[in-house]
Amino acid sequence: MHGPNTAETRDPVTERYNARLGLVLFAVYLVAYVAFMLVNAFAPAWMDAAVGGLNVAVVSGLGLIGGAVLLAVIYAFACRVPNGGGRS
Amino acid sequence: MTYEPSALAVGVFLAFVLFTVGLSFYLGRKTRTAAGYYTAGGGVPWFVNGVAFAGDYLSAASFLGICGMIAVFGYDGFLYSIGYLAGWVVALFVIAEPLKRLGKYTFADALDKKFGSRGIKLAAAISTLVVSVFYLIPQMVGAGVLVKPLLGFPHWAGVCIVGAVVTIIVATAGMASTTWVQFLKGGLLVLFTAGLTVMILQRGLTVNPDPAANAPQVVSPEQNTVRPSGHVTKLPGGKTETGPLGPIEFLSTVRESEIVLWTRKVEGDTTTYTAKSTSGADILRPGNSPTFRGLKDDSVAAKLNFLSLMLALFCGTASLPHILIRYYTVKDAAAARKSTVVGITTIGIFYVLTLYLGLGAMTGGNLDVTDSNMAAPLLAKTFGVLPFALISAVAFTTVLGTVSGLIVAASGAVVHDVLTGYLKMELNDSAKVRLGKFAAICVGAVAVVLGILFEKMNVNFLVGWAFSVAASANLPALVMLLFWKRTTKQGIIASVVVGMVSSLAWILLSGDTYRDLYGLPATDALTPFSQPGIVTIPLSFAVLVAVSLVTKRGPEPVE
Repeated sequence: MHGPNTAETRDPVTERYNARLGLVLFAVYLVAYVAFMLVNAFAPAWMDAAVGGLNVAVVSGLGLIGGAVLLAVIYAFACRVPNGGGRS
Repeated sequence: MTYEPSALAVGVFLAFVLFTVGLSFYLGRKTRTAAGYYTAGGGVPWFVNGVAFAGDYLSAASFLGICGMIAVFGYDGFLYSIGYLAGWVVALFVIAEPLKRLGKYTFADALDKKFGSRGIKLAAAISTLVVSVFYLIPQMVGAGVLVKPLLGFPHWAGVCIVGAVVTIIVATAGMASTTWVQFLKGGLLVLFTAGLTVMILQRGLTVNPDPAANAPQVVSPEQNTVRPSGHVTKLPGGKTETGPLGPIEFLSTVRESEIVLWTRKVEGDTTTYTAKSTSGADILRPGNSPTFRGLKDDSVAAKLNFLSLMLALFCGTASLPHILIRYYTVKDAAAARKSTVVGITTIGIFYVLTLYLGLGAMTGGNLDVTDSNMAAPLLAKTFGVLPFALISAVAFTTVLGTVSGLIVAASGAVVHDVLTGYLKMELNDSAKVRLGKFAAICVGAVAVVLGILFEKMNVNFLVGWAFSVAASANLPALVMLLFWKRTTKQGIIASVVVGMVSSLAWILLSGDTYRDLYGLPATDALTPFSQPGIVTIPLSFAVLVAVSLVTKRGPEPVE
């Protein structure tokens, strides 16, 4: 009834590699997001500083969105698929 | 503002909605088994599922609420875009693959796989129901918002139409049809939004020199003088219009301009909206909305409120039951991963575009100051009836799609987790599907009633609540189950129950709820700030750890 889940090949080494990679990328993003939150909360004036015609608020906001997409793409390419360590 | 329906708009809109419903009927014919109904048989291609993720996630709140918030308050609305997307990072990097390996149909299955506990099934099912209903309210409010300018119907009629159409979709087809509906609507939403953004950039910015445009607007039982609003009062270099602008140039020009924002003042049953020419630099930084105003001064409660909301948005995505079940509609973990990447990319593009849509609505001259939720469709109307009809239609199917996803998740929780899991009822496949459809109709009816009651609240704000409850009730249990081997079933049950009850209680006793729902002074509220996440998420983690340590796990092997 739920064949798709049992049909999948399990490979603990690959799973551990992918999980660790995910956590590293997560940590990278977490640092950026927390920094963004803290600056907004405790030093909001910094958000006003000019960056190439825009301000820190807009640039960092767009950066966080673009950064998430970029990390996701990196993850998709760097993850291994079960049995063989190839790319997915 | 008064709204005149146009024949073209109504025609395009109806054709679009009929096509969607027809498609779901067509696909639904193939649904015979419970697996087909709840997870589309696990056979959805990853690319389709990825765009469908976007379809599920980019709800009425994303489209109507964020655009409206940006149109009225500037950057503060964009903070939601940032937070909503950040949540996907948690979903992709931490939750997606292990969860895919654990579950069958529902969030409760995943939590319960290691323990086989009826208590977990019940707690997780109740939390799924609560979160789904909370998330359904803003979708229903959004439906009412859409039909008002489009068809000239009152708010309640829109809510009832969505309730009826969605119940038909869900009751006929289940997950297979909702997935295809989500795919279509997710893709079209991003394409149309991009088209609208191009039109905004082509039009550029124009000063409205008419002083009458700045006159106060009053709404009272005797008079309703609200007129289409939203304009630039000053452009850089004393220009009166910019002509077409590039994407970066548009934002930098806004930053150097002055634009009217409307402040709202309520006295008795009279509401006055006053124009305030505001510098673009101020608009493009946080702190203009009531939610975030305290960021500009040194109010500790306001800072905590802000951090709390951003935390809930970050943690909430990966805890939304209707997003989680989409992991079961693809064939394996790799497909789950790939579809999440497609989803993140689609959603990321959309969220960048919300900034342009919001600022376009703020300066486009067709803002209804009494209802921020209408900003995006009304903006489209300034470009002609056809863009308006298309945007409204795709937004309406957005509501349909998200609501059907939520109702499938909720009916799965009732039938699969409560009836067969907790009450141990012996049900065959066709009984499961039949009862699921019955549950779908009941949940739909509840959502319709709540959608009518919550008409006046910004839909995005309501979604923030759903995220807070989801993040507090579901995320700690999910994360600890995946990463802490000493987690016990009692710990999970306690964490889900405490997270859900504490976040709900906090919201119901908060200043925002006092003011907007009960009509009481916000200062009377019992909680120091309105967003619960920063207190209730750690609380739920702490309860899980404490209870797990007290109730040591039995000898069964850890996976």
